[in-house]
Amino acid sequence: MTRIGLEIHCQLTKLESKLFCSCKAEYRNLEPNSNICPVCAGLPGSLPMLNKKAVEKAAMISLALGCKIPEKIGFFRKNYFYPDLPKNFQITQYNAYGPTSIGSDGKITIEGKEIRIRRIQLEEDPGRLVYEGKSMLTLVDYNRAGTPLVEIVTEPDFETPKQVRVFLNVLADLVENIGVSDPYLEGAMRVDGNISEGQGNRVEIKNVGSFRDIEKALHFEITRQQSLLERSILVIAETRHWDDARRITVSARSKEEEEDYRYLPEADIPIVLIRNESIESIKKHMPESIVAKRERYISQYGIPAQVADVLSSDRFYSDLFENSYNEKNAKEIANIITTDLMGFADTREKKLELKITAKHLTELADSIVNNKLTRNSGKLALHEMMKTGKSLTDVISSLDLGHVSDVGSIEKIIDEVFKEEEKAVAETRQNPDTINYLVGKVMRKTKGKADPATTLDILKKKLSS
Amino acid sequence: MNLGISATEFVSQAKEGAISVEEFIAKTLERIKQVEDKVHAFITVDSQNALAKAKDIDKKIRSKEKIGSCFGMPVSIKDNICAAGLKTTCASKMLENFVAPYDATVISRLKNEDAIIIGKVNLDEFAMGSTTEFSYFGTSRNPWNPQYVPGGSSGGSGVSVSALECVASLGSDTGGSVRSPASFCSVVGLKPTYGLISRYGLVSYANSIEQIGPMARTVEDVAFLLNIISGHDSHDNTTINNPQVDYLKDLKSGISGKKIGIISQMIGEGIDKEVASATNMAISKLQDLGAECIPISLDAVEHSVAAYYTIASAEASSNLSRYDNLRYGFNFGTEGYEFKAYVAKARSNFGPEVTRRMLLGAYVLSAGYYGKYYLKAQKVRAMIKAQLDEAFKKVDFLISPTMPILPFKIGEKIDDPLKLYLTDINTVTANLSGIPAISVPFAISSSGLPIGIQLFANSFEENKLLQAAYVLQETTDLPEVPL
Repeated sequence: MTRIGLEIHCQLTKLESKLFCSCKAEYRNLEPNSNICPVCAGLPGSLPMLNKKAVEKAAMISLALGCKIPEKIGFFRKNYFYPDLPKNFQITQYNAYGPTSIGSDGKITIEGKEIRIRRIQLEEDPGRLVYEGKSMLTLVDYNRAGTPLVEIVTEPDFETPKQVRVFLNVLADLVENIGVSDPYLEGAMRVDGNISEGQGNRVEIKNVGSFRDIEKALHFEITRQQSLLERSILVIAETRHWDDARRITVSARSKEEEEDYRYLPEADIPIVLIRNESIESIKKHMPESIVAKRERYISQYGIPAQVADVLSSDRFYSDLFENSYNEKNAKEIANIITTDLMGFADTREKKLELKITAKHLTELADSIVNNKLTRNSGKLALHEMMKTGKSLTDVISSLDLGHVSDVGSIEKIIDEVFKEEEKAVAETRQNPDTINYLVGKVMRKTKGKADPATTLDILKKKLSS
Repeated sequence: MNLGISATEFVSQAKEGAISVEEFIAKTLERIKQVEDKVHAFITVDSQNALAKAKDIDKKIRSKEKIGSCFGMPVSIKDNICAAGLKTTCASKMLENFVAPYDATVISRLKNEDAIIIGKVNLDEFAMGSTTEFSYFGTSRNPWNPQYVPGGSSGGSGVSVSALECVASLGSDTGGSVRSPASFCSVVGLKPTYGLISRYGLVSYANSIEQIGPMARTVEDVAFLLNIISGHDSHDNTTINNPQVDYLKDLKSGISGKKIGIISQMIGEGIDKEVASATNMAISKLQDLGAECIPISLDAVEHSVAAYYTIASAEASSNLSRYDNLRYGFNFGTEGYEFKAYVAKARSNFGPEVTRRMLLGAYVLSAGYYGKYYLKAQKVRAMIKAQLDEAFKKVDFLISPTMPILPFKIGEKIDDPLKLYLTDINTVTANLSGIPAISVPFAISSSGLPIGIQLFANSFEENKLLQAAYVLQETTDLPEVPL
């Protein structure tokens, strides 16, 4: 049997400042070592000042993953020497001497499978090493040092790499939905895996760049361990690194070589009391969960389950939906978003480039619902609005998408079609199921502007006369 | 011009224009030049800035501009407290060239009140030691007899105040580092309650127990400095947000009707005869002035030194790991070294005492030993605190000699760390429990060496503690330093 457990590092990217100082939490695209102060650079004499908002955000994640939050949380120092660590210790949380981390003993059910969460801890991210190829130099950029991070540790409850991928997607949606992190930012969410086969030893896989790679790394590791076991070779307890270029895992160090982190309580940060009232208030202000949102979409607006699934789990698009729907157009908007918008803008960058607003969507869906615009024209209008941000009225007139629903004009066009398509008309008279061919012809002539219901009505009448 | 005046005298004379600040600073700098050869208190003297600042203050006094309450009083600062633009060496080769880019909170508060930072003073490397012999820049010497140690680790602070090289000083006290040199150099030194004074800018040695403390010639001066440097700080999570107290206001309230506990464990075995008789003398004088003195037994004190060295070393091993010479430090190129080899090589430049404590600390924290040593030490700490809580239900103050022995000769104990550690027996209790303690100069031995008496009060009762210390001070009439 395969047992897989995960350690997920998730940056709290929605915070303004770092975990222990007022430097910016967003360190990306800055001049190296420009986002640092005596505290995050670990200068002699500096002291960490705990960012209370980070504790709140970490508590939100803990609650969302069904974890217990203790009455008191504390911080520990994890001591090890590494050039990206300005103090040569990391301030983190540690439960070996009693549960003092922000969350523990949680669980989340995914596709019917329960995944237990062992603990959630709040900690600081180290700096970054930058390798300069030509000069052989290793440079250190401390801009990231002190960025708030939660580490989520699961029990070894996964049996397949696919379960891991599904879980990670759900987790990414979840942290995005509760507004603590943008998991799609580069380096915002990082995963290490622990994996064992049968009675074999546990192997840790580190250095995995993306969610896709963790699935590959786990697959590789399962195959490797299974083939060892088949030949009765012992799987050694060790840490292996994922080699992205060669697509294999390579041994990094054995467990005997593991460092002793000499954990020590961090006395510079006094124990933080978490009052019941604060937890209640956090609960009250938590955004609606994805599951609850999905249920609401289905039961209140009659949105099909599959559409509701996709819509509710994407914070960006569900926000767009929430800001644009009304009782009459909810289903239409859900359709527009999930079939047209999502396919068009599926990455973070593309989403940010979208010029469409909730107001655009409302107008568009209302027009379709009220038969002022066909779905086809609606799609064209949508694409134009996404790119230009122009109003619906402007787009309709510039693309000549005006709806044709007056009986006279449609009749005229149908007459033309009847002349051109004598054979098809005769066939349809015999077999009414082929009527769509004629509808299509009308639509082509009107560039999709003819009202489909009216067209169908007149066609039927003319065919039977 | 009398360089031996107290801080409060200095302030009132400067305010009235009776002394020129510039002249006082110039004379102080002259004095430093004159006596440094004999006592070696300073690592850095900031002559130019000090004189410029003094001129500026004199001008302000003449033109009756608003001036901070220190009126240009020269203060020396232990060289483990950061002052922007000056080196903060911690008396270590590891920080030989480290120029602090920021002011410690105590420094900015002193500067706001127009104190003049005359220089940075000597200490045992990273404040680890009780004699100042473990300084990378050489030992400081006792102004009362330069053959003798001045105490430590804030030796430079004690020496500079005692040798009239400044009016007051800031030291830091992790296990007695303010009180030991205060006692050995015959000055007043306060270790405040943990959390009363911001540690922001104090280079950490054992961060769960240490505090910055004022050292000066009189109890009033210490109260005056405490008024300036104490209080909540948004840069230090461990400072307590209590209402601000004026420590000078009721300083002369007396001690009548107060109860004082004599700590049995601190006046028994191993104590010097003259120290013991001075302590008894102090007790009887306080009784004469209306205090009631009773013996108090704190048996956890017997384990205090072991607990102190376990906790302090553990914290030191972590606090000092950042000194890897990568971001700042001394001149030592990285070429040819792999990272760990480089760090190991760089860190071999720590002195013997720091190395000893870091090794000890790493050992007690290592997997499998944490419970045996570190947790046990924390239990002793909790026991001490509990016994003190009990004691303070019965008494207002506790009393003991600050140091169990007289100042000893330089080099006498340096090769016997255990013997040296045991001299901390009377001081570490205040650090482990967080309570305030003050050392007041009380007597001079037949050999001409100072003896200090220590008073303790409950947490955040500095106000009361200073009142008692004032009473004790007023019973004495001590000679001037023979330097």
